[in-house]
Amino acid sequence: MMGANTIIETHDLTKIYGMGDIQVAALDGVSVTIEPGEFVAVMGPSGSGKSTLMNILGCLDRPTTGSYLLNGIDVSGMNRTELAGIRNQQIGFIFQSYNLLPRTSALKNVMAPLLYNKLEKYGREERAAIAETALVSVGLEDRLHHEPQELSGGQNQRVAIARALVNDPVLILADEPTGNLDSKSGEEIMALLHNLNIEGRTIVMVTHDPAIADHTQRTIHLLDGRIEKVVENGKKRTEKVDHELH
Amino acid sequence: MNFTEFLRLAWDSINSNKLRALLTMLGIIIGVASVIVMVSISAGTEAAIEDQITGLGSNLIYVNASFGRGMLSSGSGSSSGGLVYDDAFAIADGVSNVAAVVVEMESSENVRAGQVTLEGVTIQGSTADFPSVRDIDIDEGRFFNDQEVERKQKVAVLGSTLAHELFGDSDPIGQVITVDTTKLTVIGVFEERGTVSGVDFDAKLYTPITVVFQKFAPTQFARLMGDRVRTITVELEDPAQMDATIEQITLLLARRHDVSLDALDFSVTTQQDIIQTQESTTAAFRNLLAWVAGVSLIVGGIGIMNIMLVSVTERTREIGIRQSIGATPNDIRLQFLTEAVVLSLVGGLIGVIAGIAAAWIFGQASEMRTVIIPSSVFLAFISAALVGIFFGFYPANQASQLDPIEALRHE
Ligand SMILES: Nc1ncnc2c1ncn2[C@@H]1O[C@H](COP(=O)(O)OP(=O)(O)OP(=O)(O)O)[C@@H](O)[C@H]1O
Ligand SMILES: [Mg+2]
Repeated sequence: MMGANTIIETHDLTKIYGMGDIQVAALDGVSVTIEPGEFVAVMGPSGSGKSTLMNILGCLDRPTTGSYLLNGIDVSGMNRTELAGIRNQQIGFIFQSYNLLPRTSALKNVMAPLLYNKLEKYGREERAAIAETALVSVGLEDRLHHEPQELSGGQNQRVAIARALVNDPVLILADEPTGNLDSKSGEEIMALLHNLNIEGRTIVMVTHDPAIADHTQRTIHLLDGRIEKVVENGKKRTEKVDHELH
Repeated sequence: MNFTEFLRLAWDSINSNKLRALLTMLGIIIGVASVIVMVSISAGTEAAIEDQITGLGSNLIYVNASFGRGMLSSGSGSSSGGLVYDDAFAIADGVSNVAAVVVEMESSENVRAGQVTLEGVTIQGSTADFPSVRDIDIDEGRFFNDQEVERKQKVAVLGSTLAHELFGDSDPIGQVITVDTTKLTVIGVFEERGTVSGVDFDAKLYTPITVVFQKFAPTQFARLMGDRVRTITVELEDPAQMDATIEQITLLLARRHDVSLDALDFSVTTQQDIIQTQESTTAAFRNLLAWVAGVSLIVGGIGIMNIMLVSVTERTREIGIRQSIGATPNDIRLQFLTEAVVLSLVGGLIGVIAGIAAAWIFGQASEMRTVIIPSSVFLAFISAALVGIFFGFYPANQASQLDPIEALRHE
C-alpha cells in the first residue's frame, strides 16, 4: 500500500446503456486519479452516474470505452475470471444494502472472500482466525455466530466492512455505506472508515451528505455522467476521529 | 478452493433450506427406491419359480416311450418298440453323470386291509431310488431296496393319506394288505408330500416295479411284449452336464433298440422346457420393471434440474454477492454442481434405505417374495449420482454465467 503506484487512474470512462435508439450515457468521459492513502467522496444528484462509476472502479462492471489502471494494472481487457481475482484481492466493496450472504453467520460471511482467494490458499482454521480478527477490529467480537437477520443495520454494515478488509485490499469502495442507517449508526460506520484511512487505506465513498463528505480529503462532484468539479476539503488523514464526539 | 470446501458449501446450503432440499431429492429418492423394490420383486418371483421347479424334483431327465412308432415298425422282443425295464439298468450302468434312475409303472387295483376295502387305488411300481429322485421322505419304517426289487419281494410303502384311510391311528408297519389277490407286507409310510403338478403322492401305494410287472401288468399283450415301461426318470449328478448326458442316453438307447437317430422310438425331455418358458416370462417382467424404474430415475433427474434452475433464480442475489467478493464463474459452477451431486447422493442414500425397507415390508405384507440384490442397490446409487451430475450441469452453468451487477440488483 505504501508503493509508489497511483491506486486509480482512469481515462475518459464512458458507460452507455441502451443499444437501441434511446441511449443513456451513465458515464460520459470520466478521468480520475486517486493516490495511495486518499479518502475521496463522490457526490452528485440521483442518476448522475455515481454507482455506475463505483461499479466500474470495483471491477463489477466494465466501461463501454476508456481505460482503467488499478494499482498500475490495466484491468480494462481482463476476462471474467481475472476480474473476479481483482475483486477478491485488490478491492473491498461496501454496499448500501450490506449484501451479506443470508442465513450465514457473520464469521462465515467474513471468511467467504478468503475462500475465493487463489493467491493465498488459507486453511479453514486460518480463515476463521483471520475473519475473527477482522470482526474484532470492527467491534463485533460477541456477534461472530449471528446471522444477518439477527443483527442491526449498523452491525451488518460492520460485518460488511470486516469482509471488505479481510483480503487486505489496496482499495476500499463504499457506495452510500450509511444510506440505510440511522444517524448514530451512520456515524459509527464513518468513524470506522476514517480510522481505516488513518491506518493508510485508500477509500472512495459515495455519499449524499455534504457533512460526511466534508470529512474526506477530496470531493468529486458528478453531474450527468461528467465530473462537474473536484473540491479539496483540506483535511489531513492524521486527524483521528473519535465517533463519540459527533 | 478445494473439493471439501465445495462440499461444505453445498452442505451449508442444503442445511439452510431443508424443505427445498427434500423436494429436490424427492424424485431421486423415489427413483432409487423403486429400482430397488422392483428388482427385489422380480428377483423374488424368479426365486419362487425356481423353488417350485426344484419342488418337482431337481435335475431330472425324462425318457419317454413313443409306443405308436415302436409297435408299428417292429416285430417283437425287447430290441425295439418303446422302453423296457432293462433300459433303466443300461442307463444306470452305461451313462456317466447319473445319480439315480427310477422306473415307474402304474396300475389301479382294489386294496383291502382288515375290514377296510378301497377301490381303484393307484399302485405305483417303482425302484429303490424313488424317494431321492422325487424328493419325498419316509416317515415310518423304510423304502424297499434294490434286492427287494430284483427278488420281486411283496412289500408295500404307503402314502400318508392312504395309510390313514386303511389303518386309522394304528401302526401299519408289518401289517399285511391285499392288493387284488396279492398279499403285500407294509414296510414303510411316507411323510405328507401333497400334490405336485397334479399328482397326489399321498394317496398312492408303492411297491417294487417287478411286482407290478408280475402281478398287476395291464394286459396279456404287454406281458408278451416284455417288461415295457412308459417313463424312465434319470436324476443327474451335475445339471450343467445335462446336454452331454442326454446325448449319451440317446445314443445308448438307439443302439439298444436298433433304431436310427432320426427314427427314435423314445424321446428325452428335461425340465429345461418348463424353466425356459418361466424364464422368458420373468425376463419380460423384469425388463418392464427395469424400464419403469429407469424412467422414474430420469424423472428424478429432471426434478433435480427443475428445482436447481428455480434455486439459481431464487439465489441470484447470493450468486451476485459471491461474485462481488471474488468468486470466479468456475467457483459458482462447481458450487451448484456439487450441490446437485450432494443432493442426488443424499437422495440416493435415503432412497436406498427407503427401498430396502419398502421391499422388506412388501415381502412381509404380501404373498409375493422379495429378494434384495446388492448389485441393484449399488447400481441405483451410482445412477443417482450420475443423474445428479448430468442434470445439475445446466443449472450450474446458468448460475456461473450471471452478470455480477445484474445479479446483485436482483430481487
Ligand atoms: N442497467 C441499466 N440499464 C439502463 N440504464 C441504467 C442502468 N444502470 C444505470 N442506468 C442509468 O444510468 C444512470 C446513472 O445511474 P447510477 O445508478 O449510476 O446513478 P447514481 O448516481 O448512483 O444515482 P443514485 O444516487 O440514485 O444512486 C441513470 O440515468 C440510470 O437510469
Ligand atoms: Mg447509486
